[in-house]
Amino acid sequence: MRAMQRKVLAALAALPRNVWGALFREGYPGYPDTDLKRSTLITGNLLLHLHPVKVRRHALKFGYTFCLGGTAFLLSLVLTVTGVILMFYYHPSVPKAYYDMEDLEFIVNFGLLLRNLHRWSAHGMVAVVFLHMCRVFYTGAYKPPRELNWVVGAALLGLTLMLSFTGYLLPWDQLAFWAITVGTNIAKAVPLVGPQLRFLLLGGNLVGPNALLRFYVLHCVVLPLTLGALMALHFWKVRKDGGLSGPL
Amino acid sequence: MNSPSPEAPKPSLTRRLFLGFNLTGIGALFAGTFVQTVRYLKPNVLFEPEPVFKAGAPDKYFEGTVTFLAKRSVFLVRDAKGFRALSAICTHLGCTVKPTPGGFDCPCHGSKFDPQGEVQSGPAPKPLACFEIRLTDSGELLVDTTRIVGKDFVLKV
Repeated sequence: MRAMQRKVLAALAALPRNVWGALFREGYPGYPDTDLKRSTLITGNLLLHLHPVKVRRHALKFGYTFCLGGTAFLLSLVLTVTGVILMFYYHPSVPKAYYDMEDLEFIVNFGLLLRNLHRWSAHGMVAVVFLHMCRVFYTGAYKPPRELNWVVGAALLGLTLMLSFTGYLLPWDQLAFWAITVGTNIAKAVPLVGPQLRFLLLGGNLVGPNALLRFYVLHCVVLPLTLGALMALHFWKVRKDGGLSGPL
Repeated sequence: MNSPSPEAPKPSLTRRLFLGFNLTGIGALFAGTFVQTVRYLKPNVLFEPEPVFKAGAPDKYFEGTVTFLAKRSVFLVRDAKGFRALSAICTHLGCTVKPTPGGFDCPCHGSKFDPQGEVQSGPAPKPLACFEIRLTDSGELLVDTTRIVGKDFVLKV
């Protein structure tokens, strides 16, 4: 009992240094004095390890990447946060969906701001992901050893477009209804399985309650989880392929 | 003493073969689960308007009129020759066309159809579908949207 008490008191006396030390095992206190310690400080920390220990000088130039990949990631974070907040007020059912969207615009505190943040970030993400793809193409970053990451990136573009498309139905207004009518008819043009694909996507022959629920589940669960998993692979692969492409 | 010599006969089931069987089985399991999941996602009952429906007595519709049955997305056209049931779904990408003095216009991508449903202009690849229309025993109009008929099909009343 005594020993236990002494341990607790010692831990309390060491506050806040012991908490800080647990978070940053290497290099506390002060700035780490060797390259090895500095690297392990970065790689040993959950948040910091996302950033490479060493970056080549040209990769830091704004004009090389225009921060497009990072911007796409930032927008996906904004979309996740605002999307989850919007879900607290939105019912994916035909009698309620449109009015929930109207309530968000006119009644809910900051609803207008959050809905429009979500909306404009979504438009922005489609544009930025596309521009990121252009940048990767023009800098030749799709070439070996980065060819797999190009494919993962193309899948991420597809997922971004699918998220954009499924989100489009959720306000359940005229624009949404006809856009999805037209969009799923385009999906019918898929060779062999086109009509069945449309039927599965809509859960019927018409854009109706089943379609709204299916698009909601795809938009809020299936596609974001897939996007998250592929993004993790994408970022990890950037590092494994030797960081950003460019002159050696 | 029983260690296998190079001349010993190979066992009929090698480790490689055994693991191959396992992998094939697991693969088949996943494939089967995928197929059944797709079957699960295919609804067995739909709460949609019936494809075959009654449209009331023929004398409800005057000669020379085009009546839009909004719930069914069908136009009931009555002219001097008789009745026709014309689909209101644009053959391009499925929007609802609207009647105009010159026929039917699609608001989505600007396809234009003549009063017979033939394409006049725009991206529509096919004329508007013409559905079979007949009279029930009680003398009511019956439209069957599962049966597409030629544009010269007319129900004389």
